[in-house]
Amino acid sequence: MNLLLLLIFPLVTALFVLSAKDYKQSRSIALVGSGIQLLATFYLLVQYLIAKETLASNFIFFEQNFTWFPSLGINFHIGIDGISLAMILLTSLVVMAGILVSFTMEHLHKEFYFLLLLLSLGAYGFFISLDLFTLFFFLEVAVIPKFLLIGIWGSGAKEKSAMKLALMLMGGSAFIAIGLFGLYYFSSQAGARTFDMLQMAQYPISVSAQLFFFPFLFVGFGVFTALFPFHTWVPDGHSSAPTAASMFLAGISMKLGGYGCLRVATYLMPDAAAYYAPIIIALATIAIIYGAFATLMQTDLKYINAYSSISHCGFVILGIGMLNETAIVGAVMQMVSHGLMTALFFAAIGMMYQRTHTRLVAQLGGLLKVMPFISALFIIAGLCSLGLPGFSGFVSEMTIFVGAWQNPNVWYRLATILACASIVVTAVYILRAAGSSVMGEIKNQHFLNITDARWNEKFAAILLLSAIVIIGVAPFLVTDILSPSASILMEKILNHKSL
Amino acid sequence: MIGLESILAFKHELIISFSIFMLLFIFVGSNGVKPSTLVHLVNTLLLGSSLFFLFEPTDALLFNDMFQSNALIQLQKSILSFGLLLISALSFDWLKQHRNLLEFYLLLLSSLLGMFFMLSSANLLFFYLGLELATIPLAAAANFQLDKRKSAEAAIKLILSSAFSSAILLLGVSFIYGLCGSLHYAAIAQNLEVNILSQFAFVLLFSGFAFKMSVVPFHLWTADVYEGSPVAVTAFLSVVSKSAIAFVFIQVLYKVFHNLEATYVLSLAVVSVLTVLIGNLFAMRQENIKRFLAFSSIAQVGYILFALIGSATLSQTAVIYFMLVYLVSNLAAFGVVGVISDYTGKENISDYKGFYQENKFLSWTLAIALFSLAGVPPTAGFFGKFFLLLAAASKGYYLLISFAALNMVVSFYYYLRVVKNIFMEKNETPILAISLAPITKIALIICLAGILFIGLYGPIYEYIASYTNLL
Repeated sequence: MNLLLLLIFPLVTALFVLSAKDYKQSRSIALVGSGIQLLATFYLLVQYLIAKETLASNFIFFEQNFTWFPSLGINFHIGIDGISLAMILLTSLVVMAGILVSFTMEHLHKEFYFLLLLLSLGAYGFFISLDLFTLFFFLEVAVIPKFLLIGIWGSGAKEKSAMKLALMLMGGSAFIAIGLFGLYYFSSQAGARTFDMLQMAQYPISVSAQLFFFPFLFVGFGVFTALFPFHTWVPDGHSSAPTAASMFLAGISMKLGGYGCLRVATYLMPDAAAYYAPIIIALATIAIIYGAFATLMQTDLKYINAYSSISHCGFVILGIGMLNETAIVGAVMQMVSHGLMTALFFAAIGMMYQRTHTRLVAQLGGLLKVMPFISALFIIAGLCSLGLPGFSGFVSEMTIFVGAWQNPNVWYRLATILACASIVVTAVYILRAAGSSVMGEIKNQHFLNITDARWNEKFAAILLLSAIVIIGVAPFLVTDILSPSASILMEKILNHKSL
Repeated sequence: MIGLESILAFKHELIISFSIFMLLFIFVGSNGVKPSTLVHLVNTLLLGSSLFFLFEPTDALLFNDMFQSNALIQLQKSILSFGLLLISALSFDWLKQHRNLLEFYLLLLSSLLGMFFMLSSANLLFFYLGLELATIPLAAAANFQLDKRKSAEAAIKLILSSAFSSAILLLGVSFIYGLCGSLHYAAIAQNLEVNILSQFAFVLLFSGFAFKMSVVPFHLWTADVYEGSPVAVTAFLSVVSKSAIAFVFIQVLYKVFHNLEATYVLSLAVVSVLTVLIGNLFAMRQENIKRFLAFSSIAQVGYILFALIGSATLSQTAVIYFMLVYLVSNLAAFGVVGVISDYTGKENISDYKGFYQENKFLSWTLAIALFSLAGVPPTAGFFGKFFLLLAAASKGYYLLISFAALNMVVSFYYYLRVVKNIFMEKNETPILAISLAPITKIALIICLAGILFIGLYGPIYEYIASYTNLL
C-alpha cells in the first residue's frame, strides 16, 4: 500500500470539513474520513502480514523516498515496520473514537474537526517517518492544534493549561532539535550528511558524542511521554482539554514520545542508552510510583486518569531502559494498550461529564442505575488500567516485568519490584473512584433524568473495547507483529555496545 | 566600456531610478492623476523589479571596481523589491487617502535604490553612500502620520541614531583605510592582518551595522520608532531595511573579514545572546502590538546572528532563506495590524480579544503569520529557524545553540499570547468585520501562500543554495 495515503486521507478530509455548512455536515465528513482511514490501516495490516510472510528478513516495508532538500541531505523518507504499524493502528482507532464521542460539538465545529484531523495527520506522519527531519516536522505539526483545541474548546483554566502544554512540548522539541543536530554532524562524514535514520544507523557515532547528545534526545522525547520530572503539563493539559482532545493527548500524543525514545534515541545511540540506563530506570520508577501516589490524592476524574497516565507511561520508559527484547516488546505493547485504555477512560469520563456536568468523584454516585452502559465502560477501563487479566493492560505490564527480571542487576530488580508493587496503589485508586462514582446511592436527583449512551458513543466504546479485549485474550496477535521488528532493533543495540 | 551586458548588471537600479524620475517629472505638478493609478503604476514597476531574478545572472565589476553584481545579489535585490511591492499593496487603503502619496513613494523608492547600491558595492565608500541613501529618506517617511506628534518623534529618533551609528561606522572605515591603504573589498580581504587595531576597526564597523539591524545593545531606538511611524514605514524598516543590511553584512563578514574569524565569532556570540535575550524579555511585556513586533524582530535578528557563526556557505544560504521567510511572515503580520489600525485606530494587544468572532480571514492570517515567526510547522518559519540553527551548529558551539533553541521556546510564549487573545478570549465589543480592498486581500493571500509553501517546497532552498555554493 502506498503510505502517502495515510497522510492524504486526513488532509483531504480536513479540507472538506472546511466546506461544511453546519455541524452535522462537518461531523459526518470527519466521521467518513476517519472511517476510511481506519479501513485503510486495516488494509495496511493485511498487506503487511502478507509482505512479512514472503520477505521475512526485511526490516522496513512499503518504503518510499522522495528528495526534499538534497543539499542538506533531507529526504521525505517513509516506511513502516511492525512497531510503527501498531502505533498507526492505535492512532486510527483513537481518532475514529474521538470523532464519534464529540458528535455534539456545535461551537466552531469546522475548526474543531479540522484541528483534530490535523493533529492526527501529525501523528501518522510521525510514525511513518524514517527521516529525522520529517519526523521532527510532524512531531511539531501536532503542537499548535493541541494548543488551540484545549484553549478554545476546553474547560476550567483552559488558556493556562493550553499555554503550559504548548510551551513544555516546544521545550521538549528544542531539546530534540539539538539532539538531531548532533546526530546530523556526528553520524556521517562531511559531504554525505544525512538525516536518514537507516543510514545513520549504519554509521558508528563516537561514544563521546553519544554521551553528550543522548540526554538531549531522551529528555526531549521524554517531555512528550511525561517522563518525571517533565510531566507537569500532563494533568493540566489532559483535564482542561475537550474529550476528544484528551483522548488524543493521552492516547496518541504521549506515545509519540515513547516511540521517539525507542526509535531515535535508543536505536541510534545504543552505547549512550546503555550508559544512561540506570538513570532512565530510576526516573521511570519514580514516575511510576509518584504517579500512582499522586493519583490517590485526586478528586477530579480527569485528574485521576491524567496522573495514572504518568504512572503507566513510566512503564514504557522502564521497558525501554531495560534494553532487552522482551522488555521492549512489552513497552510497545504498553504504549498500544495504554493508548486504547486511556482513550476509553477519557471517553467514559467525557460522557459522564456531559450528562452530570461534574467530574468530581464526591458529587457523583449511583450512576450505574441511570446509565449502565457508560458506567460499565468506566469500570472496564478501570479494571484494564489496574491490569486485570483478559485485558491488554495485564499482558503488556506482565511482558515488561518478565523482560525486566531477565536483567540480573540487583538495582534493576529492585526497580522492577517497586514498579510491580505500584499496581496495588493503582487498584486502590481505581476501585475507590469506580466505587464511589458509579456504585452506591444516587447523590443528586437531577441524575434521574439522565439518558444512557447514544449509538455513536456506544460505537466508539465498542471499537476501543474490542481492541483491548483482543490484545488481552490473544496477545500473540500483537507480539507476532512487534517481535521481529523489536529483535532487529535489539540486534543493533546489542551489537554496538562497546562500553 | 559599458555595453549592454553591463547595463543588465544594474537593471534593478535602472528600473527603480526610472520609477523615481517618472514620479518626479511626470506626476509632480500634474493634479489630474488619480492616486490609485499612481499606486498601480509603481506596483507594476516593482513587480518587474522583483521578477528580474529570472534573468540569466551576469557577473560584473563596474565603475572602477566600485559596483559588483552576481546571481546572489540579483536575487537579493529581487527579494527586497518584492518586499516593497507587498508593503505597497498591503497599505493601499491608507496610501490612497494620503495627501502626500507621491512623496511617500519617492522616499521609499529612493531608500530602496540606496539599498541596491549597498548590496552591489565592492568598496566601503560606495557602501557608505548607499547606506546613507537608504537611511535618510526613511527618517522623513517615519514622519508620515503628519498629524501625530509621535510620528515626528520617531523621525527625530531615527535620524539622530542613524547619524550617530554612521559616524561610528565611518571611524571604523577610516581605520581600515589606514591599515590596508584601500577601501576595495578585495584589497582589504587580502591585506587585513589580525592585530588590535584591525580588531578594533572591525568592532566599530560591526557596531554601525548593529545599529541599523537593531542588535542589542544598539537597539534602543527601535521600539519608539516602530511605534510612532505609520505601519507601512514600520514594515519597511523592520523587513526590507533589515534584510538589506543583513545581506550586506553577510557579504562583508565572509568576504572582507574572513581573516578575523576568531574576533567576529566572539563578537557575534556575545551580541547574539544579548539580542535574543533582551528582545524576548521585552517582547513579553509589550502592550502595543507595533512595539511587540519591534521587539520580536529584534529577537529574530538575534537568531540570524547565531547562524552567522557557522560555516560560510551553509550560513549564507540559511540567512537568505530565512530573510525570505521572515519577509512574508512579518509582512502578513504587519498587513493585518495595519488594516486594523487603519480602520479602528486600535493598536493594543488587548484590543485583539475576540477578534475571531467577526474577522475569520484576518484572524487566521495573523495567527499563521505569528506561528511562522514562532517557527512552528508546517509554516515556512519552522524551516527557516531549523536551517538557521543547523547552519550555526556546523562548527560546534552546541551550548550556544541550546541557548538559542530554548529562547525560541520563550518567544513561543508571546506569539501564543496574541493568538490566545484572538481566539480564546471573549469580548463584548470585538473589532467589527473589516472589508478589505481587493489588492490588499491579494497581497495577504500571497503572503499566506508564501508562508505555507516556501518551506514545504524544497527547490526554493535549493535555488538559493545553488547560488551561495558558487561563491
